[in-house]
Amino acid sequence: MQSFLRDAGEFLPILMQGVALTIIVTIGSLVLSTLLGLIWALMRVSGVRALSATSAGLINVIRGIPIIVLLFYLYFVMPDLGIALTALQAAIIGLGIAYSAYQAENFRAGIEAIDKGQIEAAHSIGMGWWLTMRRVILPQAVRIVLPPYGNVMIMMLKDSSQASTITVAELALQGKLIASSTFKNTSVFTLVALMYLTMSIPLILLVRHFEKKANQR
Amino acid sequence: MIKLDDVHKSFGHVEVLKGITASVQKGEVVCIIGPSGSGKSTILRCINGLESYDRGDILVEGARVDRNARAIVAIRTQVSMVFQRFNLFPHRTALENVIEGPIFVKKVPRAAAIERGRALLTQVGLADKAQVHPPQLSGGQQQRVAIARALAMEPKAILFDEPTSALDPELVGDVLSVMRKLADDGMTMVVVTHEMGFARDVADRVLFIDGGIIVEQGAAKAVLNQPQHPRTQDFLRRVLHPM
Repeated sequence: MQSFLRDAGEFLPILMQGVALTIIVTIGSLVLSTLLGLIWALMRVSGVRALSATSAGLINVIRGIPIIVLLFYLYFVMPDLGIALTALQAAIIGLGIAYSAYQAENFRAGIEAIDKGQIEAAHSIGMGWWLTMRRVILPQAVRIVLPPYGNVMIMMLKDSSQASTITVAELALQGKLIASSTFKNTSVFTLVALMYLTMSIPLILLVRHFEKKANQR
Repeated sequence: MIKLDDVHKSFGHVEVLKGITASVQKGEVVCIIGPSGSGKSTILRCINGLESYDRGDILVEGARVDRNARAIVAIRTQVSMVFQRFNLFPHRTALENVIEGPIFVKKVPRAAAIERGRALLTQVGLADKAQVHPPQLSGGQQQRVAIARALAMEPKAILFDEPTSALDPELVGDVLSVMRKLADDGMTMVVVTHEMGFARDVADRVLFIDGGIIVEQGAAKAVLNQPQHPRTQDFLRRVLHPM
């Protein structure tokens, strides 16, 4: 225990640099996946066959490719096509795209859970499709969507560690680098695990809060 | 003001409207009665463009109702609808429900919309419920908010789709009296209803629909008191004397 605390004091500052990158990757890909997911979901429920088929196809392709392969593709293949991304950019875009499929399905489920009578009422006072979405459907869907959205946030925080495979020096990679140069595997990876857990706890509490609010209706 | 000419409508293989021809004059109150599944609600939903129809024409003030045309929005702002299950927006207060259309569809300035919204809530007897959300209101109160919401669009006509069918019996009266006042004020109304008393007292004309066709129509008292067609007679006997 003594030696663990000593190691912790020594390694924490380096690991904290990794934490900063972990947070950047998580927030960046969360924002991107939310935007893309919302676009896929709105295309899906648009009632325009071409849009909804495109969206369904995209979602299936994205779902069928492992995140790690998507990351490799963006980081190693895109330069061959003339698009060079930094590791951080590739990580955020890759995770953002990968998660957009799950976000889209979550949003769609939320939108479709709203009573059809709401859409008819909105139409009957002259609202068009977009106004109906913005003023009537989405505000109600948010409450349904938030608890699973919180879970996605937790999964994204943990999956940001996959960015280590394309050299983003986030928490997991920093840990691996320290471990391989000091051989203090136990101390280092225990620390890394504890740090992920520490970051997850606020999110877990947030999900619980969302669930409580959703059940209040 | 509203004209239906040989309107046909099918859901899959089932033809629910088999050639409906009717018209509603300005200021007229027309009640549509008939057994469940006869196509009454479908007629209203076609007039408002919530359903498409397969054949024939529906004209509102001379403009053809086409669910997929851009002009449908203009028609819907002229012809409001009140639903059986109220369909209020649960995430907005009673007042917000009423001012939503004026502000976002008709672009009425917010302050003016609020003032008019409060006046409408007063008109339906709910001045004190402006800040209450629909789930905290009784069914009858919700339906009256829904009527205020329809009125807020300053429509030329209002379509009522079984407005009291989802209400507890003791709450029906409040809604009907609001509707009766509207009729007295000269509002053009088409009402699908099972309230024969309301139809007899308030309606100018009654259409009896069965099996997707208009079986009998005429002045309300004539149709309801001396129905000519055997199917109308049978229907009214069942409704008025269910035991």
